[in-house]
Amino acid sequence: MPAMPKPVFLAAGAYTVSLGPGRREFNPRTPRPGLEHYIRSSGEAVLAQISDPGLIDEGVIGNFMAARFNRQGHLGSLMTIVHPALEYKPALRVEGACASGGLALATGIKSVLSGLADVVLVMGVEVQNTVKSLYCADYLAGAGYYAGERKAGPAYFFPGEFSVRAGAYGAMIGPALARQAMARWYKNAVENARLNPAAQEYHNTVPDLLAQGLTPPNPRTFTEHLNLSDCSKVSDGAAAILVASAEGYRRLGLAREDVVEVAGFSQVAANLTTPPPDLTEQTTSRVAATRALAMAGIQAEDAGIFEVHDCFTISGLLSMEALGLAKAGGGAELVLSGATERAGRFPTNTGGGLVGYGHPTGASGVRMAVDLWMQLTGRAGAFQVPVAREHGILASMGGNDKTVVSLVLRR
Amino acid sequence: MDLDSRLQQVAVVGAAGKMGSGIALLLALELGYRALERPEATFILNLIDMNDAGLQGLVRYLRDQAAKDGEKQINRLRELFRNRADLVDNEDMVREFVFEVLLRVRTGKTLDLARESLLVFEAAFETEDVKLSIYKDLAGRCRPEAWFLSNTSSIPLQALSEACGLQGRMIGYHFYNPPAVQKLVEVIAPRACSPELVQLAFELARLLRKRTVPASDIAGFIGNGHFIRDGLYAIREVERLAPEHGLVPALYMVDRVSRDFLLRPMGIFQLMDYVGIDVFQLITRVMTKYLGEDLHSELLERYLALGVKGGQTSGGAQKPGFLDYQKGRPSAIFDPDAQGYAPLEGPWVQAAAARLGPTPEPALSWKALQMDPDAGTKLAAWFQAIKGMDTLGAALARRHYQASRETGLNLVRQGVAGSAEDVNEVLKLGFFHLYGPITDYL
Repeated sequence: MPAMPKPVFLAAGAYTVSLGPGRREFNPRTPRPGLEHYIRSSGEAVLAQISDPGLIDEGVIGNFMAARFNRQGHLGSLMTIVHPALEYKPALRVEGACASGGLALATGIKSVLSGLADVVLVMGVEVQNTVKSLYCADYLAGAGYYAGERKAGPAYFFPGEFSVRAGAYGAMIGPALARQAMARWYKNAVENARLNPAAQEYHNTVPDLLAQGLTPPNPRTFTEHLNLSDCSKVSDGAAAILVASAEGYRRLGLAREDVVEVAGFSQVAANLTTPPPDLTEQTTSRVAATRALAMAGIQAEDAGIFEVHDCFTISGLLSMEALGLAKAGGGAELVLSGATERAGRFPTNTGGGLVGYGHPTGASGVRMAVDLWMQLTGRAGAFQVPVAREHGILASMGGNDKTVVSLVLRR
Repeated sequence: MDLDSRLQQVAVVGAAGKMGSGIALLLALELGYRALERPEATFILNLIDMNDAGLQGLVRYLRDQAAKDGEKQINRLRELFRNRADLVDNEDMVREFVFEVLLRVRTGKTLDLARESLLVFEAAFETEDVKLSIYKDLAGRCRPEAWFLSNTSSIPLQALSEACGLQGRMIGYHFYNPPAVQKLVEVIAPRACSPELVQLAFELARLLRKRTVPASDIAGFIGNGHFIRDGLYAIREVERLAPEHGLVPALYMVDRVSRDFLLRPMGIFQLMDYVGIDVFQLITRVMTKYLGEDLHSELLERYLALGVKGGQTSGGAQKPGFLDYQKGRPSAIFDPDAQGYAPLEGPWVQAAAARLGPTPEPALSWKALQMDPDAGTKLAAWFQAIKGMDTLGAALARRHYQASRETGLNLVRQGVAGSAEDVNEVLKLGFFHLYGPITDYL
């Protein structure tokens, strides 16, 4: 695997509150801000950290389903509302289901690598609380193979898909052990979210998180192997960050300690129309991680901070295995050992992750990059952890492990 | 003729009213699902009301509620639509279900719409005159095999069915408000009622997922047999307390004691407002006529004469009655002397509350106890504390508790209810009380 052809950096990240059920200010019956609000506030928060917005060469925005959630397409054009300096510059929207944010990062990185841009504004946005969760499930089902899978699938399509994975995982390692690990993942996620004022679970006051996570799933009302606390919530939010060359970030008035370097990245797609080769493994995620790590020339355990795509607690466990931090079936033990907690050896999703911060689908990949950038540059505030090693790893997954973007960052 | 055949031609008379619209919804949903399960059969729901705007509002209500029910039962819909290749999303299926429900519905203002119906539900205004004229008309139009289910909450069915020539074909089928939510149906089979009709009434209740309690055909039955006397007790208590405390504070105290000391979902005067003071009075008249018991109240007449009626708007909001409301919560009390509402704030409320004294510790509320598996133990401790408290509030609570208990016991003694358990069931299911009146907490 070749190394990065030239140094690329991430800088000046920001994200909005993840608004939705769980936030005190969220009321499904009152009007809420739309796409423009989220695009504008995350974008402006990035611009506030740099000297001159005119230095931005391009824009990329990740979004999954605004065409259904908000009846709005053409987000590349819409993102120019962030600042007049973006007018008449290249801007495009990229889509890869829940990895749309990850794809936006990869697209920005490639632009900088091409030499055509020195500074790219990369954003992700999703505003999903426009419909009830039952219909949200319809729209998100577009991340699966709609013509082939949707009709026979359950009402809550993706919870159903990952319930099947959780069932298979439980059959492999024992259902009680799997349930305990998923409950522990939920507990860690909410504990982290309680430190992150932007997180959807920031206001969570459940006294016994572990007990909540251990609630037996009810197949009659939801799914066979997942309960509601295993799931990320329906979220509105946006995240933004700059991808820059060395010259680019210096021109912006930033120093090396303000930025993190992209040491390696990969972007992988797998056949949407075929089922996963192994329900107990996120195979595509493993391929993506292997390539990005090879590009960076490190092993996963060399990294000191992690952001993985826990759209469900089970995908959190499987993501740790896909990174190579545990062998097949070992993700549960890894989590139960405390290794993924903020004080553990592999601090993971320290701002809450998808389960704790929320999952505005198109924004998640970018939000993960912002959290890693904050941790590696010491900007994470109340949820800062001491990062013992210089690398951080990000895994952004779309659909049932069908599009994956993996990033290795270095402070 | 079995229930399924009868369900293919159903009518609701008075369908746009509060009770009628709820009954219409229950039937519309049942017929909607049935139509999907049995596409070869036709299921028709005739909804009759004199009020055009009300009927339009009813169709809107059915549309919205059918969507909500379809959302709740999405797994059932996905199964029912599994062979419909054109319906893939949840959204597609809920929309199609709503269409199927509304496809059953025919609305109109004339009773002739019920001509072919085999089950006719009636939820007209609660007076004998109104009901009699409707049933006489229906008796002349409907098929001889048609059966009639009256939502009357007070009028004896034997007398009603005899008077309109429907003897044997009519049964009392008293839903509680709101019918779509409340689990209870009080079933009143008059003496001459066809046994097949009685059987069908219970079978239908199971289908609609309602619990049934049989009541004897004695005016007021169990529900109003208790409620009317409980309301009149409260009015007499106000009259008793008024000379010392003033009418408005007395009403405040009796209402609050029934809610906060007896731990009911709402105070007794709020409940009378909810039912409608005018409706309350109509029921007292029916009961007075058939029972020979004097259920007349001067104070009640006085409020009604001043136009204070309670009841609800077509949108379901509470209209002012004994109390006025803001966002569904009591905000003021009507003062007949001043002919206006006295806000529930300021020194007079504080003084009245101080005279009542505190409720027992630890604090309990109806809302919190509803889902509490330990409610029985907590209620026992609560009333034990009330027993030992030397306050006006506790004394009023003890009196009210005993009066309610005595009313319940009388319903059993007089044969209105078959057992104490039936009385308790009606109060718990139909009135959302945490405990039946015939219990030994005090």
